[in-house]
Amino acid sequence: MNPLGNFTTPSGFWNPILWLLVFLILLLLAYLIWKRGEESYKRGTMQTDPFLSGYGPESKEAIHVRAGNIYWGFTRALKGYYSFLRKIHTGIINDYVGWYIGILALMLLLYLLWGGS
Amino acid sequence: MLFNLPFITVVIVIGLGLYAMLYKRNLIKIVIGLSLVESGVNLFLVSLGYRNGGIAPIYTSAPSTHMVLPTPQALTLTSIVIGVATTAMLLSFCVVIYRNYGTLDARKVRRLRE
Amino acid sequence: MSWEYLVNHSPALIIIVPLLAAFGTPLIGRFSRKAMYIWIIASLTLTEIIAIIILHTVYISGKPMVYVMGANPYNMAVPPDSGGIPIRIIFTVDAFSSFMAFVASTVALAGGIYSISCEAQQSAQEKYYALLLLMLVGMLGMVLTGDLFNFFVFLEINSLASAALVSYRIDKGLAVEAAFKYAIISSIGALAFLFGIGILYGEYDALNMAMIASRMKFTDLDKIVMALFTVTLGMKAGAIPMHYWVPDGYGKAPGAISAMLVTASQASLYGLFRVSFTVFGLAANTATLGWFIIMLGVLSMFVGVTMALIQHDIKRLMAYHAISQTGYMLLGVGVGLATLGTAAFNQYGLAAMEGGIFHIINHAMYKGLLFLTAGAVIYRVGTSDLNKMGGLAHTMKYTTIFFMIGALSIAGIPPFNGFASKLLIYESVYQFNPVLSILAMIVSILTLASFVKVFHSAFMGPKIHDVKEVPKSMLIGMAILTFFIILFGLFPNIALNYLVAPAAKALANPLGYIARVLGGGA
Repeated sequence: MNPLGNFTTPSGFWNPILWLLVFLILLLLAYLIWKRGEESYKRGTMQTDPFLSGYGPESKEAIHVRAGNIYWGFTRALKGYYSFLRKIHTGIINDYVGWYIGILALMLLLYLLWGGS
Repeated sequence: MLFNLPFITVVIVIGLGLYAMLYKRNLIKIVIGLSLVESGVNLFLVSLGYRNGGIAPIYTSAPSTHMVLPTPQALTLTSIVIGVATTAMLLSFCVVIYRNYGTLDARKVRRLRE
Repeated sequence: MSWEYLVNHSPALIIIVPLLAAFGTPLIGRFSRKAMYIWIIASLTLTEIIAIIILHTVYISGKPMVYVMGANPYNMAVPPDSGGIPIRIIFTVDAFSSFMAFVASTVALAGGIYSISCEAQQSAQEKYYALLLLMLVGMLGMVLTGDLFNFFVFLEINSLASAALVSYRIDKGLAVEAAFKYAIISSIGALAFLFGIGILYGEYDALNMAMIASRMKFTDLDKIVMALFTVTLGMKAGAIPMHYWVPDGYGKAPGAISAMLVTASQASLYGLFRVSFTVFGLAANTATLGWFIIMLGVLSMFVGVTMALIQHDIKRLMAYHAISQTGYMLLGVGVGLATLGTAAFNQYGLAAMEGGIFHIINHAMYKGLLFLTAGAVIYRVGTSDLNKMGGLAHTMKYTTIFFMIGALSIAGIPPFNGFASKLLIYESVYQFNPVLSILAMIVSILTLASFVKVFHSAFMGPKIHDVKEVPKSMLIGMAILTFFIILFGLFPNIALNYLVAPAAKALANPLGYIARVLGGGA
């Protein structure tokens, strides 16, 4: 076995070392392109502030998006699905046991029907 | 054995235990239900090893070789020991929950959900 | 005391070392805190070394190891006067068992080292470490034993120790509530398992898995047992829709214990696969059984990740991801089981199993690492609510790097280890059923999305908390797991050849397992 060799999969292969080499070359290329960029850019001056039609930029503390607001659109779009999920996650221990017994009964039935060879 | 009486008892006891676990809202009653299920399973194991008219399997030069099975008894003993530990731990959890929440109602002991 | 003696008795030693260490810990803790730490780390390291010895021995011999408790010689599974019946407690260690033992002891070692700083302020530490070691004993016993009743006993040891550890930080009763739910659901599951063992014993007069498998007639009673075993172990592995205890338990446990709970669930997953393949695989309709496992896997993958997206508690979010990743393992191995014995098995079924098993070790490492970083964040910030976090990357540089490695790995971004196993699963499952494979990819994207959320809200942004980097021992614990992530990511062939492929072949070969035990083990 060659640790650097190809990792074969059913319909192809994967070689992380090769991938890493390509990635590094691309990184180098990106750096070279970046080097050719505008040199008069200076950090910490007015240049780096976002332009908001004349208003001063808000402080970073005020515009940091907190976790609860991320993916609001996604959960909004799947509202029905999520309200169903919220409804079944009751947190009541009897329901936990109930789901387990229910699945047990279901599988008992399915195995009795189709379990044998 | 008379009408397989021990096995019928097993079904009844486990059924009662499951009923308590599914429908009783008091945490201590749920623990009682769990203990009932456990007793049912233990009774099942012991009944499995029973032989009508058999003797205890503790002799080296036995009067007869018709003995009850020793293995299920060993299993039952182990299971009882585990059951004691489980019950003790669950009841001590109940104590702490009651101290912190002031209730043992399963419908109220659900600050963790979703 | 030669080397050979040590190797022959290693299946017993790997249980004895942590068990003795667990009962020694409270004693030594009475005298000196420092001596206790050395004692724990030494015993965990020794366990890890023995696990590697077992792994090596099984790999070299290519056959399962049989160890009989109290027999002379140590491997006499079938004594001459027993009439061909294996008696005594028998440990049957095949390549899959040794693989799982390695995973469990590695994560326990990292967790033990991590706990030294993380739990330094807590009271009753000697009990914490005693329970941690007992939990490890439970996991190791579950994966090494060849006897169903023994499996039940170790399962209970593991569940009791885990439940007690989940409640370790009472956290205004929340942790105790989680532990109560976990203990109730795992006890009822274990009792169902014991009931199944009773039925099997009544039918076949045997508790040894190999013996039961060779006598299996597959009557209707056996179908009941199959349902009891597979559903219980699926529940213990945290498969949806029986997963409700997972976010509670993982979310409220201390950081290192969450990481170990992942491997504890995987020990149950091992039990599910072992029972499906070895005990019932020869007689049952493996397509039905395989599709049951696949359906559990698909549900777990999808519902797990979508529930994770809406969480705002860092550990609860990761717990839902643990469910979702367990789905990949169930899917991979389920495809292997569904195709077992057909021509498709060699074409892609074995590769799917390899992918699923490879995912077990990868998941244990990266999810362990992520839980440890979450523990580190909570250790410094004092809350697990993501809404109250922000800007931790300014000061906690190493933790941030470790978190990024773990997050990229769980999302399956090359060159980390999650990619290699997911690639195997995607490609082989695609040949089985394209829809399942596409679903698995969507789940992977959603996984990345929700870790971007964690990264953004905890580590990015303005400095909100003025905190320091976590202590060294916590960083060492994380570094151990990171080492394996990068190793398996850059050199997946090492993992595949030495760990995964032998495990998959051993699991897919129940006849070899049975013949080894009933052939006397010599």
